[in-house]
Amino acid sequence: MPLSTQSQLGNDEYVLVATLDNVRNLSNILKAISFKDYAIFNVTQNGLKVTVEESKCLQANAFIQAEIFQEFTLKEGVVGFQVNLTVLLDCLTIFGGSTVPGVSTALRMCYNGYGYPLTLFLEEGGVVTVCKINTQEPEEPLDFDFCSTNVANKVILQSDSLKEAFSELDLTSEILQLTMSPSHPYFRLSTFGNSGNAHYDYPKDSDMMELFQCTKTQTNRYKMSLLKPSTKALALSCKVSVRTDTRGFLSLQYLVRNDDGQICFVEYYCCPDEEVDEE
Amino acid sequence: MDCVATGGNVKVLAKAIHSLSRIGEELYLEPTEDGLTLRAVNSSRSAFACFLMSPLFFQRYQAPPDQAFRCKMPIKSVQTVFRSLSSLERSVEKCRIEMNNQKSRLRITLHCKHGLLKTHNLSFQDCECLQAVFDKDNCTNVLRAQPRLWVDTVLHFPPSLEEVCVSVSSDRVWLRNHVEDDADSSKAMMTELCLSSEEFDHFVIGSQTSITFCLKELRGLLVFAETAGLPISMYFDEPGSPVVLSVSDSVLDANFVLATLSEDAHQRNNNKANRPRAELPPDDFMCDDIDSYLIAMETSDLAGPSYEPQPQTSSSNHKSRRLSDEEVDEKEEEEEESGEGQPNKKFCSLFFGSVLPASSRPTNQTMQSQEVLASDSEDERQSE
Repeated sequence: MPLSTQSQLGNDEYVLVATLDNVRNLSNILKAISFKDYAIFNVTQNGLKVTVEESKCLQANAFIQAEIFQEFTLKEGVVGFQVNLTVLLDCLTIFGGSTVPGVSTALRMCYNGYGYPLTLFLEEGGVVTVCKINTQEPEEPLDFDFCSTNVANKVILQSDSLKEAFSELDLTSEILQLTMSPSHPYFRLSTFGNSGNAHYDYPKDSDMMELFQCTKTQTNRYKMSLLKPSTKALALSCKVSVRTDTRGFLSLQYLVRNDDGQICFVEYYCCPDEEVDEE
Repeated sequence: MDCVATGGNVKVLAKAIHSLSRIGEELYLEPTEDGLTLRAVNSSRSAFACFLMSPLFFQRYQAPPDQAFRCKMPIKSVQTVFRSLSSLERSVEKCRIEMNNQKSRLRITLHCKHGLLKTHNLSFQDCECLQAVFDKDNCTNVLRAQPRLWVDTVLHFPPSLEEVCVSVSSDRVWLRNHVEDDADSSKAMMTELCLSSEEFDHFVIGSQTSITFCLKELRGLLVFAETAGLPISMYFDEPGSPVVLSVSDSVLDANFVLATLSEDAHQRNNNKANRPRAELPPDDFMCDDIDSYLIAMETSDLAGPSYEPQPQTSSSNHKSRRLSDEEVDEKEEEEEESGEGQPNKKFCSLFFGSVLPASSRPTNQTMQSQEVLASDSEDERQSE
C-alpha cells in the first residue's frame, strides 16, 4: 500500500491508543521473539498478543497485558495487523534504549484500523520522534493445537539453570534431544555433535525444579536452529515451563519480569523433528 | 582411567586446559601411575606444554591397568566442557574423568549444584607419545618470580607482539619486544623493561645471554599461574636452545618448552646483513606465526624401536637436525625440506624425543639420557 494512502488522523479517531512511560517494557519483550522480520499483532481488550513464526514449525507469542500500559484504549473488539518487527524495534529503541535508571523513553502507540500505519510517538528528555510504520494484512497464525489436556509431561524450572545449559550447548549438534520421564533421567537435554555427545540431567528434586509432572517417558528431538531463538526469551525470563504433549510438540513458556516488576509471558511452540525410519 | 577432582581443583584443571589451548589444537592425554598428563604442541612444533597432575591432585585416581594408553582429541571439545570458568567456580562441585575403551569415549562428568549433572562423552584418537626433550635442571640461568611480576611485565607489551627478547646480566633482566629483521627499525616501536634481581625470588645467572621467544605461550602459562598463585621459573641457556617455563607445587607440575631464536638469527638480526637466501615455498606453517622457527620432532609408537639419533649433515652449527623415525609425518617432511634448502628461516632447535613405555624406562631417565638432544648438533655428536 503506498504511503500516501496511510494518512494520520486526529487523536480521538484512533482505534487503538496505548501509552507507556517506559518503552523498554514493550521493546524488551518484543526482542524475545524477534527472530523473523514480520510479526502479527492481535489486539484485544486484554492486551497485545504478538506472534512470530518460522518455517511452519516454530511459533513465538509475546503477551503484553493491557495493565502493563498506562493507557490502553481499544474502540473495537479485536484489531489485527502485521508489521515489520525489526523496524518496529528500531523505532522503539530510537533513543538508544538507555538502561540508565531514571532515564526512559515514553511511548504513545496509535493505530486507526485496517489500511492505516502504526504510529509511534516517542519522547525522551523533551525530544519527540514520530514514527509511522506501514501495516500489512495479518496472516492467519498457525494453530499448534497444543491442549493442556494432551500434555504428557510438564516441568517448571528456574531459568538460570537452563540458561547455563543453553549457553553451553554444543552447536555442532543439529538437534537438541529432550527426554522427560517419571524415572531416571527425569529431565535430560542431549546434544550429538562433532566432538561427541553431551547430556545435561536435572534431577526432579533439584532446587531449580519448581514443578515436576511427568507421566510417561518421552524422548523427542527438536532442531537446534528452531530452538535457538528461544534463548532470547530464556535470557530475559526468571522461570520457564517446559511441556510436551502426546504428539511430542514442545511448549516453552517464559515468565518475564519487566523493569517495573510486572509479569509478562512469552511462549514458544516447536514441532518435533520427524522420526526417520531406519532402513 | 577413572579420576575425580573436586572443588578448586576443577578450576585448576580447567585453567590448565585453557592455557594448553593457547599452544595447540589438540590435547594429548595420558594417564600414568605418576598422574594424569595433559600435553599440547603447536603446529610448527616450536612450543610444547605439559601438565602433570599427580594422583594426590585428585580425590580419587585410578590409572588404567594398561600402561600404554594414551589419546588425543581436539582441545576445543574439551574446552567446551570447561567453557565458563565463572560458572565452573560457582556451580561445579566435582569433576569425574573416565575412559571408556570399549566405546572409545572419554567421559567427563561435572556434578553441579542443585543436582545438575553434565555428562560429556568425547571421542578421541589413539596417538603416539608426545614428549619434548629438555633438561631444565642443567640450565645455567634460572629466574623465578611470582606470577604478578610476570603479568605486570608482560602487560606492557601490546597484545599483537609475537616475540619478546629477554637479556640477563648478573643482576638485571631486560625484556624488550623483538623486531623482525626486515622491519624498518626507524618506524618500529621499541618497548624495553628492566627488572632488578631483587624482584625475583630466585635469580641465578651462569652466563650473560639474550634469548628471544614467543610471548603467546608465556601468556598462556601466566593465565594458569596467576589463578593457581604459583611462582613461575624460567630456565634457559643460550640462544637457540629451548627456554623452559615451569610452575609446580606438591600436586602438579607444568612445563612449557619454547623454542628460542638461534644465535645465527640473532646475528643476522643485529647486523642486518643481506641474506643470500632463497625464498621459502609456502608451506603449512607459513600461516603460523612461528614459521621462523624450525623444529625437529621425533615421535615413535610404543611398538617402534628405540631410535638412534642421526645428526644430519648440517652446514651451519645451529641448523636443525632430524631424528630417524618411522612415523615422521608429512608436516615434518615438509619441514625437513625447507630446513635443508631454505635457511631463510631463523633456525633453532627444540627436539622432541620418544618416550619408551614407562614400564621399561622411567620418564626422568629417558629425559636425562636424551638431555643433549635439546642442545645443538655438536653436543649431540658428543653424546654418540
